[in-house]
Parts: sequence; C-alpha cells; structure tokens
Amino acid sequence: MKKSKIPDDLINRLWKYFASVKLTVTLLIILALSCIIGTVIPQNESPAAYFFRYGEFFYRAFSALDIFDMYHSWWFQFMVFLLAANIVVCSIDRLSSTWKVIFKKSPSFDIAKLKNSYKEEFTAVHTHGELKTLFMPVLLRLFKYARVEDKENGFVIYAEKGRWTRLGVYAVHLSVVLLLIGGLIGSYFGFDGSVIIPEGKSIKSIILRNTGSDQPLDFEIRCDDFNVTFYESGMPKEYRSGLTILENGKPVLKKDVIVNDPLHYKGINIFQSSYGMLEPEEISLSFTDRKTGSVYRTKTSVGKEIELPETFGKFVLDKYSRAYSFMGHDLGEAFSGMLTPIKGEPVQVILPLKYPGFDKMRKDELIISAEDTQRQYYTGLQITRDPGVPIVYSGFIMMIIGCFIAFFMSHIRFCVEVVKKRGKSIVVIAGISNKNKIGMEAKTKKLAKLLSNKL
Amino acid sequence: MNSSILLSITTFIYGFAAFLYIFSLVFKKPFFGSLGTWTLLAGISGNSGGLLLRWLESYRLGIGHAPLSNLYESLIFFSLVIVVVYLVVEKIYDNRSIGAFATPLAFLAMAYASLSPNISEKIQPLLPALKSNWLIVHVITCFIGYAAFAIAFGLGIMFLLKQKDSKPGISFLKLFPDLYMIDELSHQMIMFGFLFLSGGIITGAIWANSAWGRYWGWDPKETWSLITWFIYATLLHARFMRGWRGKRLAYLSIIGFLAVLFTYFGVNLLSGLHSYGQ
Repeated sequence: MKKSKIPDDLINRLWKYFASVKLTVTLLIILALSCIIGTVIPQNESPAAYFFRYGEFFYRAFSALDIFDMYHSWWFQFMVFLLAANIVVCSIDRLSSTWKVIFKKSPSFDIAKLKNSYKEEFTAVHTHGELKTLFMPVLLRLFKYARVEDKENGFVIYAEKGRWTRLGVYAVHLSVVLLLIGGLIGSYFGFDGSVIIPEGKSIKSIILRNTGSDQPLDFEIRCDDFNVTFYESGMPKEYRSGLTILENGKPVLKKDVIVNDPLHYKGINIFQSSYGMLEPEEISLSFTDRKTGSVYRTKTSVGKEIELPETFGKFVLDKYSRAYSFMGHDLGEAFSGMLTPIKGEPVQVILPLKYPGFDKMRKDELIISAEDTQRQYYTGLQITRDPGVPIVYSGFIMMIIGCFIAFFMSHIRFCVEVVKKRGKSIVVIAGISNKNKIGMEAKTKKLAKLLSNKL
Repeated sequence: MNSSILLSITTFIYGFAAFLYIFSLVFKKPFFGSLGTWTLLAGISGNSGGLLLRWLESYRLGIGHAPLSNLYESLIFFSLVIVVVYLVVEKIYDNRSIGAFATPLAFLAMAYASLSPNISEKIQPLLPALKSNWLIVHVITCFIGYAAFAIAFGLGIMFLLKQKDSKPGISFLKLFPDLYMIDELSHQMIMFGFLFLSGGIITGAIWANSAWGRYWGWDPKETWSLITWFIYATLLHARFMRGWRGKRLAYLSIIGFLAVLFTYFGVNLLSGLHSYGQ
C-alpha cells in the first residue's frame, strides 16, 4: 500500500499540471509562434534550394530541427499532443463540478450573489396568494424551472433556465479533440496521390505524394476525353475530364470531373488537378529546298534515320522537349535533330512546333520544319482517401454550435422576492447569469415590467 | 453610373462620416455625430449599391460571379461589414464615440482599394479553382469575423486612451463609454469575431476538401488564420479562466488584429494557394 503512494502523488501532480490554463495559454502561444516559422521558411522544398538560400550552417541546423517539414516534425506534433492532453484533462477536471450543477433535481440558488446583483423593485396591493398565482404562470412560461419557497414575511420564487448551456465550452473542446482524431485517422488510414491518364487510357494504381510509391486501386479509372477552355484573355476557364470507373473491365460509373466538382467512388475522391499534352509519337516533317522550292514530306519518330533526296544527306530526330529554351526564350514544345549532309559537318536543328519557320534562321539551303499534328491530352488527377473526414466535419459542426452556446447563451437565474411591509407587498427582482453580466440588467428590467404589468 | 464611380463616391462619403464622428467627439458636438450616422447610412447604400452594380456588370461581361473574388472586391466588402457591424453597436449601446475609431478603418480600407497601384479594379473572370459556392460563404464569414476584430481593435485603443487619462485631462475622453463598458463591448466583439473566424476557417477547409481533397494543407494563409485563431483563443482563455480584464486584454486584442491584418495582406508576400487574393 505504501508503495502506491508516490505514484499517486505523481499522477496527481501531473493531472494538476495538465489541468492548468497556464499550460493552455503557454501552448497556444508557442504553437502560434512556431507556426510563424513555417510560413516564413517555405516548406518541403528540395535540399539544394535550402542549401543555396540559407548556407551550410543554417541548412544543417534547420534540417536537424525538421524545420523544412515543420508541421510534421516530432516536436510540433508533440506540442499538438500536449494541447490535446491539456484540453482533455481540463475538461474532465471541470466537467465533474459542472455536471453537478446541470443535473441537479432542484437547482440551488446562490442567495449572496443574487443579493449583490442588479435589482428592480415595485409594490403591489395584492395578497401573497394572488401574487403567486399571477407570477408563477409567467415564470413557468419563460423559464424551464421555477419553484416557490414560503418565508416568514412573504415568499420567494426561484426561476432559472439555460443550465445546459454550461456544456457549450465542453462541446468546443471536444470539437478540437475530434479534429485532431480525424486528422490522425486520415494520416494513418488515408492516402493522397496523383496520376496522369492519357485520353482513352485507363489506370489501376496511383503514385503517392509523400513517398512516391505505388498505391493500387480496387478499380480502374479511364479518361474518355479531356477538354480545356479559355477566356478571351487567355486565362483558363475550365478543365474537364470525362471519366469512367471500371470494375473488372466493365464500366460502372461515368462522370465529368471539373475543378471543385470531384468524383467520389468507394470512399476514394478523384479531383481534377492538372493536364497536358502527350509527347507526339509520330511527327510530319517537311524539307524545303531554298533554291528550287521543292518540298519533300515524310513522317518520322524520334531515333529513326531518314535518307534525304539529292545531296542533302541524312536526318535524325534525337529529342523532344516540352519547353525548349532558346537563348533565354521559351519556344514551347520542340524537337531537336541532327542533319548530316553528304558533304560537310553535321548540324543541330531545332524544330519548335509553334514556329514552323524557325529553321529559316539557319540560312541553310535546306529548311526543315515540323508540323504539329492532332495530339492527345492527358489529364492529371489527384486521388485521395480520407476516412477521417466525417469525424473532422462533425468536429466543425460541433465547434460552431459549441462556440455559439459558450459565447452567447447563458445560465440565467432569477429570484422574485415578495415581502410584506406596512400592508403592501414589495416585489424585488434580482437575476444573475454566468455570462454577459451587462445584458442581465436589461433582462431584469424586462422581467420586472412583465410581472408588474400582470397586476 | 458604373460601380467604380459609385464606390469612389462611397469612399469620400466614408471619409466625411469619419471626419464628422471625430469632429463631434473632439469638439463635443453631438449634432455632428448624428449627422455622421446619417452620412454612414448613405455610405452603406453606396457601398452595397456599388457591389451589386459590380455583380451585374460582371454578368454583362459574360463572366458573372459574386463580387468577392479578389483583393479589391474583398476590401470593398470588408468596409461594408465594418460599417454595418459598427452601426449595430451604435444602435444597441447608443454611443457614437466608437464611430470615431471604426469609421476611419472602413474609410482606409476603401481608400486603399481605390488608390493602391497594386490593386486591380478590373472585373476579372474566375479561375477554375474559385468557381464554387463555397467562395461566397467563405469570404462572407471571414470578413464578418475580420470586421468584428477591427472594431474590437478600435475599442482596445479607446480603452488604452481612456485608461491612461485617469485625472480629468482630455475632456473628449469623457464621451467614451466607461472603461468597464468598453472592456465588455470589446469582449463581445471578440467572441463574435472568434465565432466567425472559426466559421471562415471551417468553410475554407470544407471548400479545400471539395476542390483538392485536402481540408488542411498548411498553406501560409491557412496557417496565419490559425495563428490568429490561437491568439484570440489565448485571449478568451485569459479572460474566462484567469480573469484578465482591461489593459492586458486591450493589448492582446491589438496584437490579434495585427495578426488579422497579416493574414489578410501580409500573406500575399508569401506564396501559396491564396495568391489570387493579390
């Protein structure tokens, strides 16, 4: 028995520590300050970028403290955990006394407090019995609870309502805990990834954002078509992917997905996130003889060698780039190739798809140009699963309702005291509330008016 | 009449109203205060008329959307909410001295929107990411919260001014509500603001989840709104649980509003999903 005393004491001290508002305030301030760091130092960039920006010393120091992925660092999550523990312990600690106040059959009224509060007074000529029958219906209509206590020289009616509103603050605290639990569930049982699907193709697995590994899906997603529309100013107006869900090769669901209107299937959410054009597999090339004007056309693909007529030699496409940079200018999509004349050195040729006349600049006898052919789009989808969302959303609802109750509704208690004095009855009305004390004055006046009007 | 002319006129009306409130306070002429109220009412009609007109104009341009899509429009809306919330407070508490602190904020927001070279007045089409009904709900809840915090900020300054002046010094401070009242009123504003800030963060989270599948992504604006939330949560706990009153809370309320301002403007200096707010 003796042994357990020390741990008991320790537990008590720990409990008291976690039940303190000082801890809450400290944690809130530290969390606020450390969040600032995360907004000033960009998160999750490449090590090289950080090294370049901060130099070796700070790069090492910051990465030792996980500052580059701060919100997932052990110390940040530990503080969030402490806050959660603080909220839970605080709430349990205080709930027991609140519980006693709320679930009492006959509520107690703090006479001393009521005596000290704002009062309204008027006189009546009625008997006490008459006053009781006049007042009680009014109070019972306005309040959830009212009782009469007879005194030596008169009587007192106690009335109250809104006892349950004392639970509002616990709802807010519980909502924060729900948000954290929901977030935890999401990070353990959910995933967040992306996938690129060319028009007409389908996929069965996606690439996870954090790890870059494959995540297989229980079904297939096919992209039937993709469309992008623009405003006159060139700003994108809408990205639309026609998607079909396939189970065992059979289509089960069809939907057009646009930004802000995702597809939900079997707990998995599919969002429009990016798009692009596929690298052309085959390309039409034209070779123009500057002198004679004769044109030779052919189709080719990267790596295939073409024999050119006359003495022009051989041509081979060696590379495709999505955004070719020429002397600092972005030429957009372009092929590069090598022209090897029969006589002379090989030359590199750039063939931007947007500028078919680009090769004229080479001032050679032969002008080569690539023609943009009808090509396929691909759609970039973000695919997530988060089983924590319903819990997070219930936390959201609870937080709003809880804040409203905690801030703007209160437990109101009134006492209406009737005392006989020189043949008249003096009625004194006093009220207290656990919040918004200024508002109580107006409420007391209103009740006094209502009761005196009954006379 | 187009919306930008109407809104420019409104800016001047707010400026004039702010002048009337200050004049009435400093020279203790209640008449100018009630003139201020009427001027402010005219400003509200111009402000909301301007926003509605802009809404119509966007439809005429064929890109119809609610006028809540960029920094210019949000500032205009912010002014409107500040003025509406202030007038409600003026009506309930029957004190016009607060107007000398609240209306200049509305005027400054309008003037900043119209005059800053970095803010485009042009009605622009919506990016695909902004095409959602959550845009309207999100912006409205956020700005109601911001406006309440702005008024609490004004009250905080009033408290500090009045509190410093304990002896019968500057006479216009007598027109302020008494210290207890300022403190209580600012507390009401902060609770109101906190409710709407929470609502703003929540609607933003729900929107993000429906657009990107992630309700929270530590984007700088999100994070700063959370920092603001932490600051006001600290303030509320200090008051509810530790009985903090008066001066210390006035300072916290001022710090909180600075965080609001940074969430609103400063974050544009950092990159993130809300960069279209520029």
